[in-house]
Amino acid sequence: MSVIADVPGPRARRWSLIASVVGGVLIVAGLVWVIVFLAQPRVNAGGVEVPGMFDPSRLDILLDRAMWRAIGRGLIGTLQMASVAAVLALAFGILLSMMRTAATAWVRVPAIVLIEFFRGMPVLLMMLFVLLVFSTGSYWAGVAALAVYNGAVIGEALRAGIASLPRGQRESALAIGLTPVQARFQIEFPQAFRQMLPIIVAQLVVLLKDTSLAFILGYNELLNVGLRQGPTTFGQQYLFTLFFVVWAVYLAVNLLVSAIARLIARRTSGWHRSGRRGRRADLVAAQLGGAGVAGATAAALPSEFGTPVSPEDAATDG
Amino acid sequence: MNAIVENLPAFVDGFLMTLRLLAVSGVAALVLGTIIATLRVSPVGALRGFAATYTELLRNTPLTLVLFFCAFILPQIGIRLDYVLAATIGLSLYTSPFIAEAIRSGINGISIGQAEAARAIGLSFGQSLRLVILPQAFRMVIPPLINVLIALTKNTSVAAGFAVIELVAVSRQVIQFNGNATIAILVAVAVFYLLITIPLGQAANALERRVRVLR
Repeated sequence: MSVIADVPGPRARRWSLIASVVGGVLIVAGLVWVIVFLAQPRVNAGGVEVPGMFDPSRLDILLDRAMWRAIGRGLIGTLQMASVAAVLALAFGILLSMMRTAATAWVRVPAIVLIEFFRGMPVLLMMLFVLLVFSTGSYWAGVAALAVYNGAVIGEALRAGIASLPRGQRESALAIGLTPVQARFQIEFPQAFRQMLPIIVAQLVVLLKDTSLAFILGYNELLNVGLRQGPTTFGQQYLFTLFFVVWAVYLAVNLLVSAIARLIARRTSGWHRSGRRGRRADLVAAQLGGAGVAGATAAALPSEFGTPVSPEDAATDG
Repeated sequence: MNAIVENLPAFVDGFLMTLRLLAVSGVAALVLGTIIATLRVSPVGALRGFAATYTELLRNTPLTLVLFFCAFILPQIGIRLDYVLAATIGLSLYTSPFIAEAIRSGINGISIGQAEAARAIGLSFGQSLRLVILPQAFRMVIPPLINVLIALTKNTSVAAGFAVIELVAVSRQVIQFNGNATIAILVAVAVFYLLITIPLGQAANALERRVRVLR
């Protein structure tokens, strides 16, 4: 519930129910109208009557094995580009955030320039640049541009995460005798990574979506295979159906990754609140996974101080 | 360098087209996004559900697919638009859920006492939204909104793939005849984009600092 609508009384609830039903009916009516509109046969620019969008002559492709194989090929192309680019983007982002927060201006300033420049560039322009200047072929042009762009965004997110930590974290790390570099790697960075993990995963969804830009370079990814080659292979009348197939595949993959992002967000935010004493019990229970209370204090300690040893730890259990 | 000077009119035309796409679809997305955000916080369940579905569907669809829909699928069902209009509509639709989410986060970021006080002095839902919540929400969300607009600036480049002659499309045309000046041409285009994004980013930073003082 949002802030504005407070707990409704009986009259407000009745009113809200009526409005909800009316709104629902309107929305359904709109959908029905769209479907009826789409189902009508229509006359195309050449004056020829073409069947409606749900005519069997347009839908029979859904039963065609060859079409699904083509979509699968496109999806694999998309995932190949996205996965390699994601790994490189993470590595580049971590590197940039380290440079960006360095004490030495010689390291910090180039990182600022790189982050600001890459974040401000359209991904498509960077893809074209790599393709035309380095003649890498469309796959590596796409991977490189996506890695650099999303790496800059992730780097900036990690920097913000480090900046948002309480000052005491670094001060106490230095006070117990860690060197500045140790403090950064062992105390600050793991916390920042954890805190920014939802944003990073959300950025990976952006990366996944942006792989579709590579179709402009002619790379064989989902959109290119489904919507450019599909109609020429199977027939122009299937374009409409193919569009919805491709859309559904994109939605399925992206919603899956988004759902993971939300799950992580919920867990990390719960983790942050449970850093305070109030939800310690929940935390311990969650950590032990029902293994009993015997090891409770031991399990609670490291997470109370919130310092997983390495970023990898934070990534897997955050 | 010659290639750029000779083709400067083309670049300026492309730049103007980019600006036009940015301005028109930016305004349209702001309007649409505000409406969606309002629906998203409304007390009516059906409208909330509609807005949530709209947001989830569009946010998880690649921009390329949205533009493909506007440019090539709409004509199939008898809605013929010229490519610039199709790209503008596609960019507005794609950007609107991001605007809506930014505004919604602003609305949810306002302390609950504001809403309670507004209702306590007898304002209706519409009044409390219009007079109390949204003015504060907008102020809080100006930096994220500017970030959405920066993203939109960069996204206009995707229209190059859909027969709109904006900066990237111009650069591709010019490169075809000036292959030896590829790097210079692409850097020139990059500078044009920075002409838009750097001032916007500066504005976002400045505003963020001011808002932080206010809170």
